[in-house]
Amino acid sequence: MKKATIQVNTLTCPSCALKIEGAVKALDGVEKESVRVLFNSSKVKLDYDEGKLAVEDIEKAIAALGYEVKKSQVK
Amino acid sequence: MQRLILGRKNHIMAVGAVLIAAGFVSALVFKNEIAAGWTLAAASVIGAAPIAIQAYQALKVKVVSIDLLVTIAVAGALLIKNFEESAIVTFLFLFGAFLEQRTLNKTRSAIKELTEMAPESALKQMPNGEFEEVDVEEVDVGDILLVKTGAKIPVDGTVLSGEGSVDEASITGESLPVLKEKGSKVFAGTILDNGTIQIVADRIGEDTTFSKIIELVEEAQDSKSKAERFIDRFARYYTPAVLLIGVIVFMFSRDLELAVTILVLGCPGALVIGVPVSNVAGIGNGARNGVLLKGSEVIRDFSRVDTVVFDKTGTLTAGSPSVVEKLYYGGDTKKALSLLASVERESGHPLAKAVLEEIGDAEFLTVENTEVVKGAGITASVDGHRVAVGNPALMEREKIKISGQAKADIARLEKEGNSLVIAAVDGEIRVLMAVRDTIRPGVKESLSRLKKLGVKNLVMLSGDNQGTVDAVSRELGLTEARGNMLPQDKSAYIRKMIEEKGKTVAFVGDGVNDSPSLALAHIGIAMGGGTDVAIESSDVVLMNSDFSRLPHALGLAKATARNMKQNIIIAVGVVLFLLAGVIFSEWMNMSIGMLVHEISILAVILNGMRLLRFKLRKQALRQSQ
Repeated sequence: MKKATIQVNTLTCPSCALKIEGAVKALDGVEKESVRVLFNSSKVKLDYDEGKLAVEDIEKAIAALGYEVKKSQVK
Repeated sequence: MQRLILGRKNHIMAVGAVLIAAGFVSALVFKNEIAAGWTLAAASVIGAAPIAIQAYQALKVKVVSIDLLVTIAVAGALLIKNFEESAIVTFLFLFGAFLEQRTLNKTRSAIKELTEMAPESALKQMPNGEFEEVDVEEVDVGDILLVKTGAKIPVDGTVLSGEGSVDEASITGESLPVLKEKGSKVFAGTILDNGTIQIVADRIGEDTTFSKIIELVEEAQDSKSKAERFIDRFARYYTPAVLLIGVIVFMFSRDLELAVTILVLGCPGALVIGVPVSNVAGIGNGARNGVLLKGSEVIRDFSRVDTVVFDKTGTLTAGSPSVVEKLYYGGDTKKALSLLASVERESGHPLAKAVLEEIGDAEFLTVENTEVVKGAGITASVDGHRVAVGNPALMEREKIKISGQAKADIARLEKEGNSLVIAAVDGEIRVLMAVRDTIRPGVKESLSRLKKLGVKNLVMLSGDNQGTVDAVSRELGLTEARGNMLPQDKSAYIRKMIEEKGKTVAFVGDGVNDSPSLALAHIGIAMGGGTDVAIESSDVVLMNSDFSRLPHALGLAKATARNMKQNIIIAVGVVLFLLAGVIFSEWMNMSIGMLVHEISILAVILNGMRLLRFKLRKQALRQSQ
């Protein structure tokens, strides 16, 4: 299990946060309970199973919604 | 394609505005209704494209968003050929989003300034002994780094060599330079104002105090109170509910115009954004001023505090007793002081230390036949004189003659809460010194500000003896002061205040050995100076142990809580107004509804922004008038 912190472009509406949360939770291998979208700092924090997907897959899912991923940290 | 359209939202908005203007010109000036219709329809379709895409993306992850309501409403308006309304609604929606982004960025600016202080590079010593510039992420614990004048200190570390003064504003909110020399601790994100130092890295990356503060502030901004979680849940079901109501209204009334109007009026808007905006601006203001408020729940509780409990005398006083008054009663004063100093030098008592410090340079004589009288003082023979140094009890025991004047002085000084050191030589009183732990500068003013902010009880619980505690309490005008308290007594007291007396209690401590009390109180305030324990175990942190921040923190919490309430009132008021409008009036339509919505969103954001400029001075004055 790894922890990822993904910085996205500035979020401006709370529904953007909801969208991202929904999209990330839908990915297989992401710990659903751990997903938190920090609206004000525009960050997504989550735990995921590195055996099932890579952080790039999560980035792709966020980018598909139209939000640019600035950088992500995994530990 | 989708990303292209979303990325060009601002251009699309501008095109929409031009088309709408052209449409109205052709309708009103050239009286060409057909051309006007086509231009406005084009404006609607172009403007609706990004909104529809966002709605679709949200639907894919099972979220019914505002975008969907607007898209359907615009589609409906196009169907009934109301091109004017559809064009204006799409434009207002895009324009509103544009302004929201601009203003929201402003409310977040305080925190952004803070994160931008994060160091990016470091001069690291390579195996060949040379220093090379590397990315801060390449620094490991134990690396030796060089910091030059004007540079940011890249990690938490210890100074190995060199000297310099450091601006620690990013950690403490206080920009007074702090001197650092060999062995001093330095913190990441602080700036070396002058000098050059070499440091060894102790903590790097996310473990540095600076990173922890940032993370804490970021978490705090997005922490949600129960009320906010309720609004979130509410918003999640609210939007689909509005959609459903729109559909039902259409099915029964067959009035498409009414149905789409309801969709627009029902957008949640200000309700969802109002509280987070106040929260982020309030916490941002605090972070800039050395006050960490951990989230909106904390802000709410803190704003209601009526009792502030201080955990020890040292929070309010300088912590070392000193002589505040000295009186001489005839004879050779210099000789008397020299005798007094000689005797006090034999003693390790804190009062003796204060007396010696006061006397300074003196001729020290040989002291013989020293006798320590427990709880009273010392008697000895010095230079052929019989000297007694101690409190009034010792003077009585030694049958010292005390004049009426001296008696009056003793009574007055004791009443003022001083400890007395009396020196008698050969049976006569010569010197009287009053010793007291002095109040820290500014504390009195801070306490009176707290009172003005509505704190009714100021309580001190101290491990010191009751006499000292009473003296401090009298001088500061505390409501209650208790001495001889052990940590468990303190937590028992706090429990009693909360459970039996129903007070809302804030506990001010240093976060080290009073965690039970910090946890028990509604609000635990740590005067931490940036230590980990303090940062983690409390609700509010005063970064540089500066007492004067406490009133600012309380005032800010109150202002933020008020601001949230105002925003909720604005948001709910607007929804009620619009609902009443659609039911009771003729003039309510989609465009007006959208306009009012966007205005209300901007109103709550602008209202929240006021918190960024919050300062206590004005506030305290206004309330005291």
